[in-house]
Amino acid sequence: MKIRDLWDESLAGTMARPVRSALTTLGTVLGIGTLVITLGIAATAGNQIVGRFDELTATSVSVDVPLDNADPLVGWGALTRVTRLRGVTSAVALAQGSLSANLQVRSNALNDPTQVAAQTLSVVVASPEVPEVTRGTLLKGRFFDAGHVRRRDRVVVLGEEAARMLGISRLEDAPAVYIAGRFYTVIGVLGALHREPALATAVIAPSSLAREFGLRDPTRVLINTSLGAADLIAGQAPQALSPGRGDQLTVTSPPSPKRASQGAQSDVNSLFLILGLVSLVVGAVGIANVTLVTVMERVPEIGLRRSLGAARRHIAAQFLLESSMIGLAGGVVGASIGTLGVVGVSAVKQWTPVLDVRLAVAAPVVGALVGLLAGLYPALRAARMEPVDALR
Amino acid sequence: MGEVIRLTRVSRSFPAVRALSEVSLQVGRSEYVAIVGPSGSGKSTLLHTLGLLDRPTSGSYELDGIETTTLSDRARTRLRGERIGFVFQSFHLLPHRSVAENVMLAEVYGSFSRKGRRERALAVLDQVGMGHRVEFLPGTLSGGERQRTAIARALLGGPSLLLCDEPTGNLDTGNTAAVLDLFDGLREQGLTILVITHDDEVSARAERRLRIVDGLLYEDS
Repeated sequence: MKIRDLWDESLAGTMARPVRSALTTLGTVLGIGTLVITLGIAATAGNQIVGRFDELTATSVSVDVPLDNADPLVGWGALTRVTRLRGVTSAVALAQGSLSANLQVRSNALNDPTQVAAQTLSVVVASPEVPEVTRGTLLKGRFFDAGHVRRRDRVVVLGEEAARMLGISRLEDAPAVYIAGRFYTVIGVLGALHREPALATAVIAPSSLAREFGLRDPTRVLINTSLGAADLIAGQAPQALSPGRGDQLTVTSPPSPKRASQGAQSDVNSLFLILGLVSLVVGAVGIANVTLVTVMERVPEIGLRRSLGAARRHIAAQFLLESSMIGLAGGVVGASIGTLGVVGVSAVKQWTPVLDVRLAVAAPVVGALVGLLAGLYPALRAARMEPVDALR
Repeated sequence: MGEVIRLTRVSRSFPAVRALSEVSLQVGRSEYVAIVGPSGSGKSTLLHTLGLLDRPTSGSYELDGIETTTLSDRARTRLRGERIGFVFQSFHLLPHRSVAENVMLAEVYGSFSRKGRRERALAVLDQVGMGHRVEFLPGTLSGGERQRTAIARALLGGPSLLLCDEPTGNLDTGNTAAVLDLFDGLREQGLTILVITHDDEVSARAERRLRIVDGLLYEDS
């Protein structure tokens, strides 16, 4: 028997009762559909979690610089070497230390004499890129720039919490703060510091004033990268900041997004996966049942085929192929419905649908396998039939 | 010219009955043989044995000079597909396949080429006078047309032996006559025909009549 003939006969056998065949596929359609939707939604949702997390963390690289008073590892000028790296969108250098962490800060008492305005705050010295890198917003005034640094202007910017604690709400009168007895003009208030929330309670001063707070060289460098470049930059930044001694710096980079999405997927789904598998088993039982009924109905046909020279294996092969076709059709329809479902849910939720191509290919194959397994027993029954009995 | 059928002392026993008892029979090429007998006499067992659908318990059966009782199932199946054409009382046509497709089914198993199969099927359909019905479904045909389709299927592949089990049992007199005329024509072309029948009209047209009673075969003369 030729393969083409086997195929033609099985196809004709399946199409002889199209409605029954279509109904028989339903179990597989449900099973495969559920599996595809479950896995697809999980992948899509997992990707969303990674996407959101990207914006905050996945592009953030920070470098901690150990103190070395004799020979500084990173100078303020090193920052330009980092910003030149491809993939770096912005970078800022900060200096903090134990001496600057708890300083007496008083606001100008004349402004509002009733306010108790002496606080212990930490002072952070920074390069001018703070608002950009921390994604902060200037609530009032402005941030200091290269000009302030060059002129060694005695200016500071307050974190929004620090400003509230000091009772500074207006900048029109050029309020001043006294830090360790010296006064500085407040030129801005910075809020919404997503990347570095600790700055909200700090006083931020230009690097040119570092020595006044017992500081000298940068202790931390914060870098923002473009999406996907974090790993690369984490590798390159230390050498750029401190050529030849980069290994002494400590780099913190975001966790690998792949791991993050896998973590999100694993727990969402076990229930739905089980549901899909159960539907698949129910589908298989359905196919087995209907194929068995079909075999019993087609006993005379089996006898005829045997009389025409069909061997037992030809009969078995035909019924196996027929049940596999039904399973395959169920798999194709189920995978299509599942894919549409994932796309539909994504459209409603405004997500980017993510579906593994392998899943779309594997689903029909799984359907065909289910059909093949389901057809085993009926096909065996058909093949075992004696032609004499079948023709009776 | 050799014999098509040579049965030598063939017996077939079932647990309860002995359906064939030391039957010997020789049928030559282009013979037309009718076998008659009451039901339960062993007619069907004889037909199944001759059609290689059943194995005798003892004895030997040569088809076209090939000893079949010692062949494997696979070889017997192949021989059956290539050398024997069956015609059944109930036609056994597949209801969802056209007349042409039903006939072409005869070449699906075995080593027939797919190429030219349809043309060969149309040729035998012409031969049985069904050339005008090739795309019809069996359900739309008359009984006589159905049986002629079944005969065309049995003829495709060029068998040496046509085994007919009550071929006119479901036909009226007019159609019976047409089928018997067809058999006459086929026999003239060299085909061996063996018919099991109750119908006197059918057995009357045969050149040899055999009677089977309780598993024993007698030649009528």
